[in-house]
Amino acid sequence: MKETQAHQIEKDLKLNYGPNKKFITVCAGTGCRAYGSLKVKEALEAELAKQNMQVDVLATGCLGFCEKGPMIVIHPDKYFYHSVKVEDVPEIVSKTIAKGEVISKLLYRDPDTKKTLFREEDLPFYKKQLRVVFGKNGMLEPTRIEDYLAIDGYQALGKVLSEMTPDDVINEVKKAGLRGRGGGGFPAAVKWEGVRRAHGDPKYVIANGDEGDPGAYMDRSLMEGNPHSVIEGMIIGAYTVGSNEGYIYVRNEYPLAVTHLTLAIEAAKKMGLLGKNILGTDFSFDIHISKGAGAFVCGESSALFASIEGRAGEPRAKYVHAVEKGLWDKPTVLNNVETWANVPLIINKGADWYASIGTEGSKGTKIFSLVGKINNTGLVEVPMGTTLYEIIYDMGGGIPGGRKFKAVQTGGPSGGCIP
Amino acid sequence: MTKTENVAAATKAIIKKQGNSKSALIAVLQDIQETFNYLPKDALKTASKTMNVPLSRVYEAATFYSAFSLKPRGKNIVKICKGTACHVRGAAALQDRFESTLCIKPGETTPDRMFSLETVNCVGACALGPVVVINTDYHGQVTINKVDKIIDKIKKEGA
Repeated sequence: MKETQAHQIEKDLKLNYGPNKKFITVCAGTGCRAYGSLKVKEALEAELAKQNMQVDVLATGCLGFCEKGPMIVIHPDKYFYHSVKVEDVPEIVSKTIAKGEVISKLLYRDPDTKKTLFREEDLPFYKKQLRVVFGKNGMLEPTRIEDYLAIDGYQALGKVLSEMTPDDVINEVKKAGLRGRGGGGFPAAVKWEGVRRAHGDPKYVIANGDEGDPGAYMDRSLMEGNPHSVIEGMIIGAYTVGSNEGYIYVRNEYPLAVTHLTLAIEAAKKMGLLGKNILGTDFSFDIHISKGAGAFVCGESSALFASIEGRAGEPRAKYVHAVEKGLWDKPTVLNNVETWANVPLIINKGADWYASIGTEGSKGTKIFSLVGKINNTGLVEVPMGTTLYEIIYDMGGGIPGGRKFKAVQTGGPSGGCIP
Repeated sequence: MTKTENVAAATKAIIKKQGNSKSALIAVLQDIQETFNYLPKDALKTASKTMNVPLSRVYEAATFYSAFSLKPRGKNIVKICKGTACHVRGAAALQDRFESTLCIKPGETTPDRMFSLETVNCVGACALGPVVVINTDYHGQVTINKVDKIIDKIKKEGA
């Protein structure tokens, strides 16, 4: 019965968010917030009310192009305005919203071709990206589960619970070739299979959101911008391995992620997508949030378990893998936030589709953080196998001031410098 | 009530809310710090007794995690991001400026308890580098020239 309720909401929403619907999205990731995007949103709402216009304004998660914040997108034309100030708002409303005219000074100008570009997808920064996971950020307000349902959210969970056995899910994820996005690149399906077969009860499912590597904030933008995608992935994982309890471990420095995840968990519970008897089945699963306290090492699995258990997060020797003895010495699946967010996508679009992206050994896409001395800082999502040259020059716009490229650090300080 | 009793009562209320299991220790310490802005000695003693965790364990956790402070902190907490992206954009020079303006080093608090200076490894707002987080506000692309202005503004608001 709960399922039909969810379906009804979804139908209503599709009507509300039809392709011709006029609405505005304002990027409200941490970067744009620092540039004052929430004030722009407030000003937009006030101005729309003043001019008697009924247009929704959505505060979305991070759009990735943090260099140019605050950014707004005006639907259905998808006009992309960047570096918007509160002073620009009256003009935006009276020209673009009311008459559909563009304001050229707010549009992006390609520094190479000097052309003015109208839409997000025309920008060189976005053009070569494949934003299958991250791109959804721009289509929803993270604090509203309805928005996630409107873009087929929790469809994968419905499919898994009604049509697939745990073995089916493992096979699908295996066929898709999903590998851990935390850096280790371990095949997710193999890990899940290990926990499914391991003896010991209860079993735990954990999302690692202790993104401590300086310079990286991909997971932050997912937890803040699309918390339900992580949660849906975890629920599917829990069903697959036979777990009823999970944790999301979020680092202390990400207060907005904690807020959005907490709201998302509550909303999912209310709709019967999380908690007891999910979607009316026998399967029950609950998620807790565990907050870190400023310790870089807690991103390591055994230190993370110690921290959730209430102790100092010191790593221990791993003679026995977490698959058998993890949290409280019970079988545990620990996957990175981004890995979990990929799971609903594989179920929805199929393993073959997923495996068609990427290289022979690494499938799918990866979100990268592009920061430091580069023209276009921000987050990019690209197919596995994309070269660093493409990322740095095509998307990143090269080195500021036309300077010579010296070195790039990949994988954070524990990674390495190239060359 | 004396100050000690006050701290003890507040700590017990926090433990009641977070649950008395040993695994709640970190969450309890976080709430204590949020209430008092640091971890008072009496709160740690109360937590140890109520939660049945040896005081040495409580102290271990309180000193292991960099987010916890055993010393009272200032009304405004200035966190300078020292992540790689901020570092290459001049976070070190920024730190020098904050140190000389406030006359304190990281981990210290001004005598009037208005400011505490801290460094963090990365706040994950790398596109804005160098970043300084003051209480809950993110300041992006901070330059040395902006430091005094930021401090003055807070002083004025506080006065």
